[in-house]
Amino acid sequence: MLVLSGRGQEFANRVSLESGQPVQQCYQCGKCTAGCPAASFMDYAPHQVIHLVQLGLEEVVLSCRAIWVCTSCYTCTARCPCRIEVARIMDILRARARRKGLHRGQRAALFADLFLDSVRRHGRLHELELGARWGLSTGQPWREADLAAGLVAKRKLRLRPPRIKGVEEVRRIFREAARLEEGEHG
Amino acid sequence: MVRYAYYPGCVAEGSGREYEMANRAVAARLGLELVEIEDWNCCGATPGHNTGHLLGLALPARNLALASGMGLDLVAPCAACYNRLVTAQREIACDPELQVLMGRLLGRDYHGDRRVLSMVEAVAAVGAERMKALTVRPLEGITVACYYGCLLVRPPAVIRGDDPEDPRLLDDLLRGVGATTVDWAHKTECCGAAQALPHEEVVLSRVRRILEAAVTFRADCIATACPLCHANLDQRQARVNRRFGTDYRMPVLYFTQLLGLAFGLNPGELGLGLHFVPTAELVRRIA
Repeated sequence: MLVLSGRGQEFANRVSLESGQPVQQCYQCGKCTAGCPAASFMDYAPHQVIHLVQLGLEEVVLSCRAIWVCTSCYTCTARCPCRIEVARIMDILRARARRKGLHRGQRAALFADLFLDSVRRHGRLHELELGARWGLSTGQPWREADLAAGLVAKRKLRLRPPRIKGVEEVRRIFREAARLEEGEHG
Repeated sequence: MVRYAYYPGCVAEGSGREYEMANRAVAARLGLELVEIEDWNCCGATPGHNTGHLLGLALPARNLALASGMGLDLVAPCAACYNRLVTAQREIACDPELQVLMGRLLGRDYHGDRRVLSMVEAVAAVGAERMKALTVRPLEGITVACYYGCLLVRPPAVIRGDDPEDPRLLDDLLRGVGATTVDWAHKTECCGAAQALPHEEVVLSRVRRILEAAVTFRADCIATACPLCHANLDQRQARVNRRFGTDYRMPVLYFTQLLGLAFGLNPGELGLGLHFVPTAELVRRIA
């Protein structure tokens, strides 16, 4: 029988509680991994990510690449025979990794930050700005240039940022959500 | 005339503007009045719920509240927006505590009591008979691979109505206007979605498989109902060819573009010149 240290057990319980998912019920059948579009690009396959949670290996799972390569396609959730919402657990793990600063250096985390910053400032996404900031932040400003040029030629990139009247309401959502999530887990 | 509160989504003003053009044109033909939600905001898409649970709910919740204020059911053409709106609505409805929290986050009373429909559902609700009556150029001889992607069908506990493994709504619509659709295994295989920038290798490998499957089934084109799927399949098709030494030339059309052609609408009006992979030859065969 597996005996977890107090800290490991606590982590597994916290993830279960926060996600509302019975993590310990996973019997490692691997169906989530079989259908995962990104599994071959991950360091730990989805079923292994769940196993790491079960084992309470918090640091390992929160710093793994897998949770950031996940495409949030919900195939795992749709097919789990234990009805564990694996994709939801991925969300919880990403949020926890962020709170511990373990998301730094993960490209998908940077992308989410830039995307949401655009939404926070304008109320809607400004695609051109996101693309430009992504290029500058990753040090590859010309990587998407061919696509950007095609989009501009077809007038499929809005040049001026959008702006909604309720932008203050949107900023309030960002502020309050961050405050509440911090309070809840602080 | 059926009226809906319409949530275009951020890419409707940019990279997905041909979808917007086709939706508006087809809706007009079908007698659907799309009343744009005034001052709508971004739903947060994948980055929203990846970053924080409450953020991922509250951003769509503001739009649900606005639609509720209009007293109209809501139509969201983008599969990602649709998914976030339905998810937020269901989750908040099941949790009274969340409902109170939403009020605090939004700074206004939250009501999310109106139905949320995808564009596919809104069009399907018009009924096969009316669609048939409007068809002046049936898509006979055109073989379509209907690509649903993820967010129109999953997770099944939240997104209901179609089979999550073998959905048929799009197939039924396009068959209804004369097209042949293929029974392929890639209807709901993920295209890599929002990983296009952070992890392009995932997207390119996925898109290659989807294109290969469509070619194997001798499809003339892929039909989609999601601007993110469309961007990956259409815009990145040339990169797939460069990366893997392939030579795919698979037109990727929005389903409303195909319907519009069947209804005799002008290809220009449907934004058919705005794709990366040329559609002219296919359009010629229909028009």
